[in-house]
Amino acid sequence: MARDDDTLVQLLTPDGERVDRAVGPDGVEYSVDLTDAEYRGFYRDLVTVRRLDAEATALQRQGELGIWASLLGQEAAQVGSGRALRPQDMVFPTYREHGVLYCRGIDPIMPLSLFRGVDQGAWDPIETRCGMYTIVIGAQTLHATGYAMGITMDGKVGNDDGEAAIAYFGDGATSQGDVNEAFIWSAVYTAPVVFFCQNNQYAISEPIERQTRVPLYQRAAGFGFPGVRVDGNDVLASYAVTRHALDHARGGQGPTLIEAYTYRMGAHTTSDDPSRYRPPAEAEAWRSRDPIARLAAFLGKQQIADESFFAEVDEQARTEAVRLRERVLTMPDPAPDSIFDNVYPHGSPLLDGERERFNAYRKSFEGSAH
Amino acid sequence: MATEALTLGKALNAGLRRALDRDPKVVIMGEDVGKLGGVFRITDGLQKDFGENRVIDTPLAESGIIGTAVGLALRGYRPVCEIQFDGFVYPAYDQIVSQVAKMHYRSRGMVRLPIVIRIPFGGGIGAVEHHSESPEAYFAHTPGLKVVTCSNPSDGYTMIQQAIASDDPIVFLEPKRRYWEKGEVDPEAEAYPLHSARVTRPGTDVTVVAYGPMVRTALDAATAAAEDGRELEVIDLRSLSPLDLAPVYESVRRTGRCVVVHEAPSNVGLGAEIAARVTEECFYSLESPVLRVTGFDTPYPAARVEEEYLPDLDRVLDAVDRTYGW
Repeated sequence: MARDDDTLVQLLTPDGERVDRAVGPDGVEYSVDLTDAEYRGFYRDLVTVRRLDAEATALQRQGELGIWASLLGQEAAQVGSGRALRPQDMVFPTYREHGVLYCRGIDPIMPLSLFRGVDQGAWDPIETRCGMYTIVIGAQTLHATGYAMGITMDGKVGNDDGEAAIAYFGDGATSQGDVNEAFIWSAVYTAPVVFFCQNNQYAISEPIERQTRVPLYQRAAGFGFPGVRVDGNDVLASYAVTRHALDHARGGQGPTLIEAYTYRMGAHTTSDDPSRYRPPAEAEAWRSRDPIARLAAFLGKQQIADESFFAEVDEQARTEAVRLRERVLTMPDPAPDSIFDNVYPHGSPLLDGERERFNAYRKSFEGSAH
Repeated sequence: MATEALTLGKALNAGLRRALDRDPKVVIMGEDVGKLGGVFRITDGLQKDFGENRVIDTPLAESGIIGTAVGLALRGYRPVCEIQFDGFVYPAYDQIVSQVAKMHYRSRGMVRLPIVIRIPFGGGIGAVEHHSESPEAYFAHTPGLKVVTCSNPSDGYTMIQQAIASDDPIVFLEPKRRYWEKGEVDPEAEAYPLHSARVTRPGTDVTVVAYGPMVRTALDAATAAAEDGRELEVIDLRSLSPLDLAPVYESVRRTGRCVVVHEAPSNVGLGAEIAARVTEECFYSLESPVLRVTGFDTPYPAARVEEEYLPDLDRVLDAVDRTYGW
């Protein structure tokens, strides 16, 4: 597969140099004009999100989480796109979007409760405008598309209170039928949806070469909508490209596929071992494109931030991580008979009977030694 | 509209029309449901009267139909999805079982997906393969889904409206071989509860449990049996998940004999579930084991031999006879 980096939309080089404008493969010119405070805000987000993720990985290693899907290396793609969203937009994540959730203002404990196994990731999707994590690969792209069709039916496109939906997925998901069906549906109904693919180069152990013979962003052309490849380790470009695609959708011009070209620095989840399937030099090469280091370099060179700012951000992130750890350790297990809750909105006689027998059985052990 | 004789197909159409009329959030979506009115014409004329945003012709992809319905439901709509034939539902199976069925549970009740999935099911119309299957057990086995089926025009008219009004995701099975059979429909009649079984023909000797297309067959068998002096009690289950077996238990305690009839293969089918539960609840009342009359454990066969596969009134009567053999 061609890895044609010329097509990358980049606004911040790995060395921390600002690029004024970048033209995407879609012919659109991208730029950002941020205040110093906004640049610093991006940096704070990136560092915090990475620190919380590291804490979760540590918690898994200590047996406090059943499993963890780390976002290490993908912070810029998630923060950049997440900060481009408006409050009224609806997010449909897969299971690694901890950074997007953070930008959405969702309590960082929420995904951890899923991975700890005390619930199934139950933040309120309507209230937060962020769907639950979707573990079946690509299923949520159809949900996003249907939701976007509803936006159109509600007349919320092409006007001031316009809304859009965004679906997150990985490179592996592009092989799924559902993702291709979502592309078809969104195109033929001109649905206001953005497909944000984080191409982190691997689907567990299967490299991108096992998913496609063409660059993923080029797939969009075959479905009849724009595709753009952005440097996913560049928070500024990720922000600019997503903001443009969301505006495009809100304006009634239909979907965009964004391929955020990035790299998963860690394992797929804490259960696999990337040293079995990835050459060490590869991760090393990507380390030089680190999203946080490059923004730090830029902030330093431009004198937008000084050492005291960097130290303060680190300290704040550490404090948040410690708080998160304490909360995970004290999270109560759900009541045993809660397994019967919420199977159906209005209950079911079958389950009522099972719950009754289950509770009677448990009660029969009360007062016994075992 | 006064009581009138309608085919099941027309009754379903009238029920869908009334649901669209009553609630602007109801949308119908599927392949060919718009201009064509569906391959069985169940949605005939609805797009013309309610527009392309209410009756949506979709691309040809079943997972897409259900997956986008999930998104529409999250947005506050009440999608009614048509799967063209039973054998085509499998590409949508993942969305139905992994997403539609579980979202209320996963979200601790914060998300409701009031989606109805209409599937014309079963054989007897001389169709080619994939057009005559009975996939009900797959869905009835899935917690979070409800599964219902109508056997006559009156139920078709009311049950489709009840299913659409329900907050549960519901697989709504329509017995396609009965689409053209007529019955009285009273639009003003009080609706029978959606998840309740009903004694369709009272009797004293053997309880025959059926649903969907086999209710007609069971009733025909009961008529024939009456000529031989046996009174069969026919119960139309109507709801396959949850099962309403209280009327069945009550009946079996009186008759002591029970025959379950369905078109689907017997192995791990609804009949097995019903037989097990009837045995647990009515053990001391039973004069014989609960027997099943079902399709065979083969793929649905070619049309020229489907009559051999499908339970008919003779096979029901044979099973009734066998319950007297113990």
